[in-house]
Amino acid sequence: MSEERLRVSRREVLKGAAGAAAWLGVPAAARAEGEERAPSWPGIRRLGPGPTPLSFRLNGEAVTIEVTPRTTLLDALRGPLGLTGAKRACDRGACGACTVWIDGRTANACTVLALDVDGLAVTTVEGLSSGNALHPVQEAFVAQDALMCGFCTPGMVMSCAKLVERGAVDEESLREGLSGNLCRCGAYPHIFRACQEAQR
Amino acid sequence: MSQRTLELGFSGHSEERRVEVPPDAPPPWDLRSDLKVAGKPHPRLEARLKVTGAARYTADQRLPGMIFAGAVRSPHAHARVRRLDLSRAKKLPGVLYSEAYPQREVRYAGQAVAALAAESEQVLDDALALVEVDYEVLPHVVRTEDALAEDAPAVAGRRNVRQGRGMRRGSLRRVEEAHARADVVLTREYRTQVQTHTCLEPHGSVARWEGDRLTVWASTQATFAFRQTLARALGISAAQVEVITEHMGGGFGSKFGADAWDVFAARAARATGRPCFFMLDRRAEHLVAGNRPDSIQRCTFSVRRDGKLLGAQVTSHGTAGLGRGAGVLNPAIYAFEATYSDQYDVLTHAGSARAFRAPRHPQGVFALEGMLDELAEAIGMDPLELRRKNDPHPVRQAQYDVGAEAIGWSRRKPSGSSPGPLKRGLGVAAARWAHNARPGTAVRCRIGRDGSVLVANGSQDIGTGTRTILAQIVAEELGLPLAAVEVRLGRTRDPYGHGSGGSVTAPSIAPPARRAAYACRQRLLAAVAAALGCEAESLSLREGRVHGAERELSFAAACGLLPTESIEATATGGPEDMSYPSFTREVAGVQFAEVEVDAELGTVRVVKVVAVQDCGLVANPLLARSQINGGVLQGISYALHEERILDARTGDMLNANLLDYKILGAREVPEIVAIPFSVANGRTSTGMSSLGEPPTVPTAGAVANAVANAIGARVRSLPITPEKVLAAIAEAERTRRASDGEKKKKKKKRIF
Repeated sequence: MSEERLRVSRREVLKGAAGAAAWLGVPAAARAEGEERAPSWPGIRRLGPGPTPLSFRLNGEAVTIEVTPRTTLLDALRGPLGLTGAKRACDRGACGACTVWIDGRTANACTVLALDVDGLAVTTVEGLSSGNALHPVQEAFVAQDALMCGFCTPGMVMSCAKLVERGAVDEESLREGLSGNLCRCGAYPHIFRACQEAQR
Repeated sequence: MSQRTLELGFSGHSEERRVEVPPDAPPPWDLRSDLKVAGKPHPRLEARLKVTGAARYTADQRLPGMIFAGAVRSPHAHARVRRLDLSRAKKLPGVLYSEAYPQREVRYAGQAVAALAAESEQVLDDALALVEVDYEVLPHVVRTEDALAEDAPAVAGRRNVRQGRGMRRGSLRRVEEAHARADVVLTREYRTQVQTHTCLEPHGSVARWEGDRLTVWASTQATFAFRQTLARALGISAAQVEVITEHMGGGFGSKFGADAWDVFAARAARATGRPCFFMLDRRAEHLVAGNRPDSIQRCTFSVRRDGKLLGAQVTSHGTAGLGRGAGVLNPAIYAFEATYSDQYDVLTHAGSARAFRAPRHPQGVFALEGMLDELAEAIGMDPLELRRKNDPHPVRQAQYDVGAEAIGWSRRKPSGSSPGPLKRGLGVAAARWAHNARPGTAVRCRIGRDGSVLVANGSQDIGTGTRTILAQIVAEELGLPLAAVEVRLGRTRDPYGHGSGGSVTAPSIAPPARRAAYACRQRLLAAVAAALGCEAESLSLREGRVHGAERELSFAAACGLLPTESIEATATGGPEDMSYPSFTREVAGVQFAEVEVDAELGTVRVVKVVAVQDCGLVANPLLARSQINGGVLQGISYALHEERILDARTGDMLNANLLDYKILGAREVPEIVAIPFSVANGRTSTGMSSLGEPPTVPTAGAVANAVANAIGARVRSLPITPEKVLAAIAEAERTRRASDGEKKKKKKKRIF
């Protein structure tokens, strides 16, 4: 079910009224607030426009914050939640610098509305390592120098870790699987190598 | 002064040279130096911070009470602002500061007309939308060719075409004489596009005042230039400003001094008493934060039938928007008898260009290397052979052999002979760069009584690995493992360092780092000599221990004997460690590319690139490979994908985002054989050469030559898009048919 919701969230929300109505219909986080200016539909509750409560699991911990409905997951993470690992570089799902996991699937946090992760589990790069122990992909990134300026790295690491988890580290799968993550410095050859090393 | 004999050059091609080493300076490293830490493949020091998301970039600063700033930008390339009304925006709760720029005219799409600062980004967005601007749209010109027309709107002053100082070089008369002696003279037009830097971290800064002191976190590749320009714009002294650049997300030449938005952030912070954050959005990045100028290069080159290159004549026009500096650099790689270049800036209503990784080089080399292949074809000579015959650089001569072997150059077939719709081709191109070690960088080294070693310099690590290289140099000099050295970079309260331009950083920072460490080492040894019962001169520092004739001490124990809390030395790069006679004057590089072209679809796939790059003494092979890979990939991206598209009608950019402005991604990455080529050039005490820029210089030229070899037709315009490939194939086909037709007609005549 969550996957279905996510698919809607990433594609449809920007498509206008119909998508937005479907969007606002998400019951889990729904809470009517503010003045009634728009017409109401049966069974659909309005969100916002003011701060609206949001509860989800973030890197294994339960969190509750208030955000306005237009807040993206990325802005919620980088703002009130103080996790600046995921980066804002293109702000429209083109570069993958904000890649996080939502219920175990990779997503561009800049094109997910924060309220849509209500009740879900979000993992950011900060939650990938446990204590001092790096995730094997992080270890391999360090060893292979799979980064230069490092601005794409948090998102890249999250995508790579998912590919390694799926065993999709042959050259073709890596090219395909990382095509949503841009690295302007051109660290790709070392990134590919890091994924293959992490798999071993 | 002490005399030393150095072995300079490279494996299989070395020579001895006597040098005078000044007192208080370590003798230069050469081919015989047995280095333990420097020159070894260490992962970069900040990698752990970067892979865990803990590295804090400028864009990640979250200061208490921070406010957010943004600008209202003109959607028109040329307009007069009739009315600018901020009253509604300023009434919005949470809007804290504003400035209006009621210029008489805006001259490019993206130019700011007002800026605001607000409580939050959401309030800021709402407020920006409430600013009312009434524009009177004026005639504009955004394309280089259009701006050259007689009746084009004037962008600034009377004429759109300008020739700056140094933009006419060489002798036209001598080139014409050379052409007259040639067997083949070819004239061709080559074109390149405008490319935007597309740093993933946008430009911008965060400003915070405490009293009359300003701290600025900036995404800059020149902390000291940033401090200077910001202080000047604010009318305060540079001493009142500290710039901090701990990590930065790419610059590529576009992030030197403070920009208008940085000045605004500082003013907004001062006016409101709260820290102010101003990072550009992606659209502004493309429009206002710099680009590589385009070029139209008319080339007339000549050659003798035996392969001797004679004359090279290039007339180029390019636009740097409202800025200057659209020239191209090319023929100097090869020994032409005479060269002449005549270069012009063409003003357009577009954002100004900025330095972009090897400014002027890739565009010039694309045309130069294309012309060389066309000449080789005309005289029936192998293109690599033509280069070997005319290249005076001893390092490149060796690199041709290494590269040709690695790519399998002997497989190369005559152009256009690849059968079937998927056609393979090979191409080669070369690059030159200067040994850019600049004096003036200062490095402080401190050894604590607790055994700690700290190295500090105020310049930045743009992503090349400066921090790591610095630690390696100091660890080497002190005989310590890398982990024993802590490096602090990116704070202007620390000693001066240059901006990262011209690939100067590592070559300029390494010699003073080594000399500062050398000075600390001498003082440490003097301090412990008595305890070890011998003269300081007889002691050595290696493997983390001080070795005397009979006794030894661990480094930590030795430090414990220091009479003071710490010892400290600051060295400034200067004649004593960076002006030894050099083995070569220029940094050499050669690249080979193999491509596969789908002759039915016109798509180009780069299969493999071999990049052989002179690094001086390689500082760190792992990091050097990263630099080379990055240069090659940006070069392929430039050759095949990137192009700023300005709409001639509206003057706005049609692809000012990362979806439509295509940069190379994971799918387009070829096999890259990056070969850091070690050359002991002896110029400085550490021997490292410039590496950031040179590897991106020849790539587009090599790829374009490989494409021409594959399809038997030449695309003389970047980027090499499917449309251009198909057009070139069709044109070649037409020419072939026409000449076949001629032959048939002649045959018929004979028969009848």
